[in-house]
Amino acid sequence: MADLIAAFHTALRLIVTLDPSLIEIVVLSLQVSLLAVILASAIGFPLGGALAVYRFPGRGAVTAVLSALMGLPPVVAGLVVYLLLSNAGPLGVLHLLYTPTAMVVAQMLLVIPIVAALTRQHCEDLLEEYDEQLRSLGASSREITATLLCDGRYRLLTAVLAGFGRAIAEVGAVMIVGGNIDHVTRTMTTAIALETSKGNIALALALGMVLLATSFAVNSALLAVRRFALRLAYA
Amino acid sequence: MTKINRRLVLGAVLCAALLVTVVGRLAVAEDKFIIVQSTTSTQNSGLFEHILPLFTKKTGIEVRVVAVGTGQALKNAENGDGDVVLVHSKPDEEKFVADGWGVKRYDVMYNDFIIVGPAADPAKIVGVKDPVQAFKQIAEARAPFASRADDSGTNKAELKLWQGAGTDAKASSGSWYLETGSGMGATLNTAVGKQAYALTDRGTWLSFANKDDFKVLVEGNPKLFNQYGVILVNPQKHPNVKAKEGQAFIDWLIGSDGQAAIASYKIGGQQLFFPNAGPQS
Amino acid sequence: MLDPAAPPHLRKSSLNAGPPLLPLELCGLSYETGGKRVIDGVDARIEEPGITVVMGPNGAGKSVLLRLMHGLIAPSDGEILWAGLRPNQELARRQAMVFQKPVLLRRSAAGNIRHALALRDVDRDEREARIGEALRLAGLERRAAMPARTLSGGEQQRLCLARALSLEPEVLFLDEPTASLDPASTLHIERRLIEAQRDGIKIIVVTHDVGQARRLAQDIIFLHHGRVIEHGTAKEFFDHPQSEAARAFVAGGLVL
Repeated sequence: MADLIAAFHTALRLIVTLDPSLIEIVVLSLQVSLLAVILASAIGFPLGGALAVYRFPGRGAVTAVLSALMGLPPVVAGLVVYLLLSNAGPLGVLHLLYTPTAMVVAQMLLVIPIVAALTRQHCEDLLEEYDEQLRSLGASSREITATLLCDGRYRLLTAVLAGFGRAIAEVGAVMIVGGNIDHVTRTMTTAIALETSKGNIALALALGMVLLATSFAVNSALLAVRRFALRLAYA
Repeated sequence: MTKINRRLVLGAVLCAALLVTVVGRLAVAEDKFIIVQSTTSTQNSGLFEHILPLFTKKTGIEVRVVAVGTGQALKNAENGDGDVVLVHSKPDEEKFVADGWGVKRYDVMYNDFIIVGPAADPAKIVGVKDPVQAFKQIAEARAPFASRADDSGTNKAELKLWQGAGTDAKASSGSWYLETGSGMGATLNTAVGKQAYALTDRGTWLSFANKDDFKVLVEGNPKLFNQYGVILVNPQKHPNVKAKEGQAFIDWLIGSDGQAAIASYKIGGQQLFFPNAGPQS
Repeated sequence: MLDPAAPPHLRKSSLNAGPPLLPLELCGLSYETGGKRVIDGVDARIEEPGITVVMGPNGAGKSVLLRLMHGLIAPSDGEILWAGLRPNQELARRQAMVFQKPVLLRRSAAGNIRHALALRDVDRDEREARIGEALRLAGLERRAAMPARTLSGGEQQRLCLARALSLEPEVLFLDEPTASLDPASTLHIERRLIEAQRDGIKIIVVTHDVGQARRLAQDIIFLHHGRVIEHGTAKEFFDHPQSEAARAFVAGGLVL
């Protein structure tokens, strides 16, 4: 209990004084996770949409695998990316290990399945309503996919938020591929892990509170955008 | 149509901003730096925050420390994912060099391990001089003991003591012998939580903030000394190794400046690490 | 575009430059699903401009037959020929369909029409012209920027019809278009269909409403248990129904 109260005070102090170390790790966390989510969505939306619309052998298996990958343990994703980017690995020449770029890649591996699977489900639901009309209008599969993605944009935003939640909160992947290097690859989650291992429980909790507050801010911002857009025109 | 366009533009601007900031960070990365694979216990002691800025100020070379367990540090170095290795497990370090992964091993410093435990001290080891004797008593009393069990230098030192005590502690894993498979700090958290004994390096203990009523029960015996070695990763095996800067770091570390910096690091007035680079090792 | 003096089937000036689509011939058409023969050996020949009404009791297979004709589903057996040609993408582009429940995207009313015209590769300026015209004829100009899905049921269906007509189809299929609409909207839609037919568009509409059939049809296909029981002019059908089922249906009774 004393730890919780101390944590709360520490969190407030760090935020109010705009502690530079805190700002640094918050900014890095947001950069990595937001970029990972944006890129993952750019891949996940068309992937999920295509899975809903196109018929091909093995479609059921791909769908099942994608859903299963939603539960990919972050540390496993981190290991996979580490093996690829390690100097002993196939992409070692890129020298991306222990950089924010590697962290973005690792988080993308975690977020793509979430965005794709949720997109697929929503597009499939929409397809039930729209399929005949769109085919009657002469839409190709590609055009149908694009139409569904556009029409489902508000629910798809929720998929993006789910992906973001996963990214901002994970520590396993960024720890392995980033190395938790001070001023370079230390994020909120890896800092929390570090402070916990040092026994600085109050500080770790404080960072956790800041992480939650940041996540809450991002969610609120995106939902506000949605409400604004809804009010502007499209139901 | 205009509304969709506006949102697309906003999205594109956001992406661009993010890309610029991330790439910007990467650009900075092109400055001189080396990657040192070291251990969590060393990092948690706070030593690096103290000595590294001194090296960077002198040479302009940034030192990026990846802190993991000793086993992982050496494995990473074998993969060429580091320029220098700084760990504390002499037999493994010598094998690392013998296998051709490292150029040469140098002694750097030593710190010591201590046995900590709850004030209640069920195995009555307070003041016992010989750590092997202390371990024997803990095993006989079946008192809870938290082990890192993660192949680290600390862990190997601990296992050596059990061996000396003639006890197969692992056989009791899950009952009084708790294998956490974690770093030093996490293991200490578990020890405090379970009122268990633990073997820890003094540095981590001094800066550990969650001590509860725990005390240092056994210390000072040479069997508890913990020798650190530094090795340059072999550039012949991995051409990407920054041999020049890496060697500069090693030279500084075992030279008078580095050794003085190490000696000057104190917590609460106590020196943690004792430089012992000497002529050769 | 509309020249009242011209003969009815030549009024629509922008009708196809290509060969005519009609007559539409159904030869031994069958469709099976879930072990059931929903359409059982249908032979029919639909020609001339004019409104053809496909009628029959519920479960007769009318909606399925419509979808087979439009090409939304493939027959299990038999053939469909448009003026002797097998159905293909190009022929399908000259048709349109309106469904029983209005299907509209999460866009404005105008946006929905725009989307359909874009799918048919109508070029930009022509698109805007057609949207304006379509909304005007549907009485929905003031609703142009409103989210389509917030319109009333009747307005939505009028919009769907306007969208279909904006594509300038030669054949228009409708599946019970006014089944759940209020009388005012029903009236509007029936009027539009009659106008469209006068402009030369072939209309094939499914309905179970005998009154509507009387108002619209020139030509009636009566379907029962997946078979064509009767096919003739509206006058023939209503004045002298040939079959027991048709007689019962016209009289308003239940047809098993």
